[in-house]
Amino acid sequence: MVTRSNEAEEHLVREIKLHVNGVAKVVTADERETLLDVLRNRLGLTGPRFGCGAEQCGTCSVLINGEDKPSCAVEIGTLQGKSIVTVEGIGTPEKPHPLQTAFLEKQAGQCGYCLSGILIAAKALLDRKPSPTRAEIADALAWHLCRCGAHNRILDAVALAASRMKVPA
Amino acid sequence: MIPQTLQDNPVLERWVSFPSAGKVRVAFGKVEYGQGVVTALAQIAAEELDVAMGQLIVINAASGAVPNEGMTVGSMSIETSGASVRAASAEVRALFVAEAARRLGCAAEELDIRDGSFLKGGKASGLDYWTLAPDVDLKQAPKGEARWKTPDRHRVVGTSQPRSDLPSKVFGGGFIQDIPLKDITHARVLRQPGYKATVKSFDEAAVRKAAGSEIEIIRDGAFIAFLSKSERAVSLAVSAAEQRVQWDDARAGQPELSEPAALKALPATPWEGGAPPPEPSNRRQHKASYGRPFIAHGSMGPSHGVARFADGVLTVWTHAQGVYPIRGVLARVTGLAPEAIQVEHAQGAGCYGHNGSDDAACDAAAIAMRCPGETIRVQWRREDEFGYEPLGTAMQIDVSGEIDASGRLVDFSTEIWSGPHIGRGYALVEAALAPGTPPPPPMTMPGFSGGRLNATPSYDIAATRVKENVITPPVRTSSLRGLGGPMNVYACESFIDELAVIAGTDPLAYRLSMASDPRARAVIERLGALSQWDRRGAGGNGEGLGMAYSRHRDRGAYVGVAVALSVDTDVRLKEMWCVADCGLIINPDGARNQIEGGMIMAASWALKEQVKLGGSGIASTMWDDYPILRFPEVPPVSVELIAQPNERPFGTGEISSGPAMAAIANAVAHALGARIRDMPFTRERIAAALLAS
Repeated sequence: MVTRSNEAEEHLVREIKLHVNGVAKVVTADERETLLDVLRNRLGLTGPRFGCGAEQCGTCSVLINGEDKPSCAVEIGTLQGKSIVTVEGIGTPEKPHPLQTAFLEKQAGQCGYCLSGILIAAKALLDRKPSPTRAEIADALAWHLCRCGAHNRILDAVALAASRMKVPA
Repeated sequence: MIPQTLQDNPVLERWVSFPSAGKVRVAFGKVEYGQGVVTALAQIAAEELDVAMGQLIVINAASGAVPNEGMTVGSMSIETSGASVRAASAEVRALFVAEAARRLGCAAEELDIRDGSFLKGGKASGLDYWTLAPDVDLKQAPKGEARWKTPDRHRVVGTSQPRSDLPSKVFGGGFIQDIPLKDITHARVLRQPGYKATVKSFDEAAVRKAAGSEIEIIRDGAFIAFLSKSERAVSLAVSAAEQRVQWDDARAGQPELSEPAALKALPATPWEGGAPPPEPSNRRQHKASYGRPFIAHGSMGPSHGVARFADGVLTVWTHAQGVYPIRGVLARVTGLAPEAIQVEHAQGAGCYGHNGSDDAACDAAAIAMRCPGETIRVQWRREDEFGYEPLGTAMQIDVSGEIDASGRLVDFSTEIWSGPHIGRGYALVEAALAPGTPPPPPMTMPGFSGGRLNATPSYDIAATRVKENVITPPVRTSSLRGLGGPMNVYACESFIDELAVIAGTDPLAYRLSMASDPRARAVIERLGALSQWDRRGAGGNGEGLGMAYSRHRDRGAYVGVAVALSVDTDVRLKEMWCVADCGLIINPDGARNQIEGGMIMAASWALKEQVKLGGSGIASTMWDDYPILRFPEVPPVSVELIAQPNERPFGTGEISSGPAMAAIANAVAHALGARIRDMPFTRERIAAALLAS
């Protein structure tokens, strides 16, 4: 389905098929709408947070086909058939991901606004590198900003989660 | 004596009540913004009431629902609100114990309480708060007679408790942006470039076209807002509007004021205090100047306000630092009586002071008044937050001192140039809405503007004097973590290190030689052990170890920070240590979290941060223009608290940043054998310092 949303400018409204947190979704949206707006306003997923709108801070990060990517500047029209995972998709209060458990255990956060994106980045890291060093964790999080100064606790929490997720020998 | 905010809100029931079996309602006027204050205050209540943390229901701060305790600022919540919560809880406990004793026919001293159940001689009495509640009148004022617990009986205070607000934040919720309100109208505001600016021309048709779908435009004076059910439409509209508007009398940016030394040329209101001018002497003198540019709060989440006006009542959801003070501003913006305004606190990203929060709330209120029945959600853009939040002011400080024959500092003078560190009281929207209200002049002496906190070093010095020049800043400035304190500590403690070099003394020993307070000495000595100070080399080889010490606001926590780093083209932090005596600690892990966060933020200030003025005020409007410390640049940090359970509790949020900046400066000087006095310590400044040495 392709319609003109407004006669003034050519904005194409499309049906876009996505897998969001493991569930098939069909979103009918202007193809230039950002993934962040779609996730927050249409799908009710508030984990990805608006921070800058310019891919500079990391608060809006999600996994797109397994990679840590900012959702604030990705147009939904480019994501046909892709898999999206938000922080809601990695764990829930009832069934938390080891990263979420470790972050709470280490009290790894102050205001917490950066944490959704950082948890996503940490998930992407551990998926490809189960036993990262402190420097490797820091590098994976390098483009994610944290203003409160919770960095050390976050690094410790990621390392703790990694140590627990390793398959026992 | 009854603590001040309890005197101001003198009905016990407002603080503590027992609404349903097994649950205790506690309320206080301080708000959470990631600093853990709600958890710490809850611990105090649980302690004095002898209930479990899990039995508490902490009421979210909302006007009417919680005591009015003003703003949540200045690392003062534990001292002020904490004292009131402690006193109110102790009074309530005493009233219930008296009632239980009456019923059981025993002395109050025979009773104890566990998890809200009353024990007599260690055995269950069958009574608890909830069975007794109908017979205890909490609508009474505190008498100031109840004794609170002595530290040896503490069970909750002094134990690390997880923050109550954190779980929701790791599962994707928890913030004002996430409140599930129905049928939201999204709004964006086109910011007025300076309070005098008026609209010369505005191409509405072009903006509507760019929005792509239907939008509503509100125009009132220089206030222009875009509304739509589509967030994308208002985002596109405001971006287009910036290109399609022309202003008269827009503010002209002043890039030359980006460097703090330029403040000295601005008109200023002076204040002087301290010792009379020094007599001429033949003592050795030393002078030095230190500078810090304007810095941004840099909240990770740009400000957000939600408002709805219906049935004569305006409801505002805000992440402002208090729910009562903002009502006065909202009343002016809307023309409503304060009683017709309900303010609900909802958490925003960390603010570290006065950022755009109040303004976003006022934006939402101004729009809501023009759209009755609609729920208006105003989201500031990143460029709005960086471009229009009140900044932490630049400061320039000239210090001079005289040392006696032994090298001891005996006479200290400081002259400070600073914009105001307090700038609350009007909203951006007030200036924009017709007829336009110019902002009030900045607060100057005899009022407190925050620039003299910690103006003198925290040692025994025979004579000290302070001159402060409060300048009118080129852009709005307001409170940022510690106000003038951190920069003053930076100047004083850099200067002390310089004097130690002149005196030919080890900087740590030099400080100890001028510190008679045993709590100060304990902090400095322990910091020396922790940082292995005795291994400190001669310096000048690129490897540095530095330290600094101060007593927060000359009356609070005793704090020392040490830093190990290396310098080549840039400064690379290797490790940071802090030792702090904060008196009675409520939540040790919470305190450590605040202290380490303060150190890392301060490291970012010292090494990286500078707002660039220009454009129509502020030219650095995105993170790429305003770099902060990143994960690979953050060193391991350790924080050690010296337990003082019998001393008053002191706040922790802003205590470590001044010592941290100064310790970095001192370590850099040690590494280079040359001192950098102006922040941030950029590559250019490192090169210049080396060339000059």
